[in-house]
Amino acid sequence: MLKLINNIENKKIDSRILGDKIFAGIVFLFAGITISPIIFIIYELIVKGYKQINLAFFTEIAPDTYEAMVALNNGKVIPGGILNGITGTLTMVSLAAIMAIPLGILIGIFLYENASKRYSSVVRDITDILQGVPSIVLGLISYFWIVKNITNGFSALAGSTALAIMMLPLIIRSTEETLKMIPETIKEAALALGVPYHKIILRVLIPTGFSGLLTGVLLAISRIIGETAPLMLTALGSMKVSFDIEKPISAVPLLIWEFYNDPNMVDLIWASSLFLMILVLTLNLVSKYILEKRG
Amino acid sequence: MDELIKQIKNPVLSLQNLSVSYNKAKTAVTNVSVGIKRNKVTAIMGPSGCGKSTLLRAINRMHDLYPNIDVSGEIFLNGKNISEMSDILLRRKIGMVFQRPNPFPTMSIYDNVIAGYKLNGIRLKKSEKDEIVEKALNDVVLWNEVKDSLTKKGTFLSGGQQQRLCIARAIAFLPDVILLDEPTSALDPIATKKVEELLIELKEKYTIILVTHNMSQAASISDYSMFMYLGELIEYGKTKTMFINPVDKRTEEYLTGKFS
Ligand SMILES: Nc1ncnc2c1ncn2[C@@H]1O[C@H](COP(=O)(O)OP(=O)(O)OP(=O)(O)O)[C@@H](O)[C@H]1O
Ligand SMILES: [Mg+2]
Repeated sequence: MLKLINNIENKKIDSRILGDKIFAGIVFLFAGITISPIIFIIYELIVKGYKQINLAFFTEIAPDTYEAMVALNNGKVIPGGILNGITGTLTMVSLAAIMAIPLGILIGIFLYENASKRYSSVVRDITDILQGVPSIVLGLISYFWIVKNITNGFSALAGSTALAIMMLPLIIRSTEETLKMIPETIKEAALALGVPYHKIILRVLIPTGFSGLLTGVLLAISRIIGETAPLMLTALGSMKVSFDIEKPISAVPLLIWEFYNDPNMVDLIWASSLFLMILVLTLNLVSKYILEKRG
Repeated sequence: MDELIKQIKNPVLSLQNLSVSYNKAKTAVTNVSVGIKRNKVTAIMGPSGCGKSTLLRAINRMHDLYPNIDVSGEIFLNGKNISEMSDILLRRKIGMVFQRPNPFPTMSIYDNVIAGYKLNGIRLKKSEKDEIVEKALNDVVLWNEVKDSLTKKGTFLSGGQQQRLCIARAIAFLPDVILLDEPTSALDPIATKKVEELLIELKEKYTIILVTHNMSQAASISDYSMFMYLGELIEYGKTKTMFINPVDKRTEEYLTGKFS
């Protein structure tokens, strides 16, 4: 009798274990489906692009189509690199960050401080809308503001402005969320020491939430670093290494687009895309790491 | 209640007709007048929601930050109206310790102790800082435990150590009065005992106002006690007298555990 009960119990447990296994299998399958595009993309990029990744890739400007054609016909690696794109991207992203970070953090603090006010929810709505505006439209806006009126021509400044507007909502939101996570008691501790309010924000809240703010900024940069459409209307592109913010400038994604339009440059598309992809992945991983360390 | 103020000569703090309301509908603290005796521990007791924290936070003007909160009446610190003092001066003179230990998470133990100076931009020499830190940590009996790890973050300490660190942060500013709002309610019994012993020692130098739910705590460490009910000060006097021979029926019911 006891044995029978034992048997039944065991069967129950067996079927439960089987159920667990099936469930785990399904989870595994879906996880695989989700990450497989990334794996395939990276695999493809490496296979097709690794040939072009050499020192010149980082230290020389993009070749012209004739140089590329000659190299291809002789079965050689295309000469030159994407230096003008790298410096252009660096220039524009830095400039965009300089514009967007202080403003975004200030607005984030404002929303945190006035969380329940009417005008705060208006600002919050505008931020959400801004986040949904197609990047090409932001490029157009920047075109009319900056290209037409300020630099009187395509310019790095115009490109940066479009990128900065894209960064803004992300930074505003991450700042507000980060500050909200800081316990009220920390704020009160500073208050009880007689610290004036602006100093509490600068010296207590911002340092306490620093990793959160940094993560927000890194994610915002990784969001904009591959943007192409708005730059076409604003920065245009350039074959020189340039740091002049009033002149047209190149960027890695702009170069990819140019390579794409030139049948002799196909190999460079893959190498540049690989470079961009690694950059974005690194930014994402670093921000994940910072967040985890804090939690 | 006027006799109660007269009873205490040369009070360090005196509250006169203090009322606080969070909204127009009702007051959380109603017309409290009381004098606080220097270098003694005064306990504030009463059932949950009777206005103890609200009263305490009026003393260092924590309510100022919230425009909806209405505070009326007057508070004098050493005879000086606190509404005429700057926030920083007032809060230097009146330190506060909270229910949950709240050291600044980004600061080391050392920096937490001198946070009041640091955050207010008061410059000190290295030697002065060292002296303040050592003295404050000694006063809270934490120095021996942490003297080799002063650069570690304050949040690495145990809950009880953190609370003593927070007390050190308050006394590093050399206050006249320390306000404590249920400082042991988040601590285990051993840490609670340590903080209680500490409070008894600290009253040599400071005036202490202690909000507590724990009647044996009030009985064992306080010299004077207030009993509050529904925002009003019902009874105030020497702790011993009050525990042995409460005047008001509600005080008696509270002390004998008839309501909580
Ligand atoms: N921020 C606030 N907004 C509105 N009402 C509040 C606020 N804080 C406290 N109150 C109300 O004021 C009254 C007194 O609250 P208070 O926190 O001072 O009580 P307490 O005696 O400290 O209680 P406890 O022992 O639970 O800490 C309560 O009725 C409470 O609901
Ligand atoms: Mg309370």
